[in-house]
Amino acid sequence: MIEVKNIIKSFEGRTVLNNISAVFETGKTNLIIGRSGSGKTVMIKSIIGLIKPDSGQILYDNRDFTSMGKNELHVIRREMGMLFQGSALFDSMTVLENVLFPLDMFSKETKKEKIARAQFCLDRVNLSEAGNLYPSEISGGMMKRAAIARAIALKPKYLFCDEPNSGLDPKTALLIDDLIHSITIEYQITTVINTHDMNSVMNIGDNIIFIKEGVKEWEGNKDQVMNSTNKALNDFVFASDLFKKVKEAEMFNTES
Amino acid sequence: MNKALHRLGEYTLLMTKAISLPDKWSMFFKQLVKEIYKLGVDSIWIVIIISIFIGTVIAIQISLNISSPLIPKFTIGYTTREIILLEFSSSIMCLILAGKIGSNIASEIGTMRVTEQIDAMEIMGVNSANFLILPKMIGLMVFIPVLVIFSMFTGIIGGYLASMVTPSLPTSAFEYGLQYFFNSYYVTYSIIKSVVYAFIISSIAAYFGYNVRGGALDVGKASTNAVVMSSIMILMADVIMTQLMLT
Repeated sequence: MIEVKNIIKSFEGRTVLNNISAVFETGKTNLIIGRSGSGKTVMIKSIIGLIKPDSGQILYDNRDFTSMGKNELHVIRREMGMLFQGSALFDSMTVLENVLFPLDMFSKETKKEKIARAQFCLDRVNLSEAGNLYPSEISGGMMKRAAIARAIALKPKYLFCDEPNSGLDPKTALLIDDLIHSITIEYQITTVINTHDMNSVMNIGDNIIFIKEGVKEWEGNKDQVMNSTNKALNDFVFASDLFKKVKEAEMFNTES
Repeated sequence: MNKALHRLGEYTLLMTKAISLPDKWSMFFKQLVKEIYKLGVDSIWIVIIISIFIGTVIAIQISLNISSPLIPKFTIGYTTREIILLEFSSSIMCLILAGKIGSNIASEIGTMRVTEQIDAMEIMGVNSANFLILPKMIGLMVFIPVLVIFSMFTGIIGGYLASMVTPSLPTSAFEYGLQYFFNSYYVTYSIIKSVVYAFIISSIAAYFGYNVRGGALDVGKASTNAVVMSSIMILMADVIMTQLMLT
């Protein structure tokens, strides 16, 4: 479980995160949603330590991340997996070498065991045939899956995903969502996803935090989104005509 | 002035982070071999080609400019050797390599930065500066002296080839000039200089690449800045080392 307590972050006098608190539960896909520029990327980067918040606490299973020393940080970082928006696979390595990288750096297993683990992770994301290809030789969806395989190679306790569906077609995006969701449940990981993809919200939103202009505006789950009366949330989630009609139909069904 | 001091501070911090014991030695040596091959071995041909041609041109130009009967012909071989050993093979060759290798390092690390590959390493708990920069620095400091020796050898061969085809430059006099008053310390001096230049090229290029913010355009800018800055630093180091080691 990850607890965020009253984090504040400003850049050049502009407050980007204003006193945000949240709890991200284990075995659930926790979504941070919000419009572009609302502060969700800063929030996820603060949680993983790429940005230092001005104040507040971040607790990883009651371990205070914000006051950790270098050695403790090293340990906790090995419990994290991250899926970046652009996949961030290492260009100079094949897909298999990418998945092997964290194992080579930190695992004390034999070479054979490491390759078996990497191959298992690739099988898990249905990429067993792509191990010898370079990132430039595979599609966007395959790159995301390879990045997921790399993120889970060290059996992380915490998985972070920054816009996992950006640049993907709707069908592939759903596949990636389902993959993240099933891995979260299977390995009991605390997963935090930063997204503005409404399909993801409706599909895998076990716990959703809506941020507006740096402030936590709403919190709930995918079922509660449908019945929410929060105007800002409704304007954001049901921005398209299709989603508006879906919401109206759902409200009508509930009332009748 | 403030900006320069800020950059110097950033550079020092980056070097402190990069020059530390590797997280895993086996991975370090794997990277080191890769870098020696990519940055060093791949530069052998350009070094050989440039050195042969410049050696030839130096010999021809000196033979054309020394027309006085009072100056013996072997002076051409002697001067060609001294120019190649003292300045060309170390300083000028490293200026050329700063263009090739420096831009390569800056753009590689810069691209890794803007595509979040460096962030990915940091999140895994890998010291990205150490993993990416140290093998490049050590690899270059090990292999640039080898390139300098190649350059000395092929530069002199270039001069010798010129003596074979230029009537005003007798081969026997050129050979005699090559051996005349040979001071082996000049070779050592050149090699020591090249090790310093290797550090300058790799560390400055890595600094500019590592601190890129933005996109492709900024990677290009960083690459250009890396070449310009390392060239200036090589020239400054040349003056200082010449003063310290030859006077």
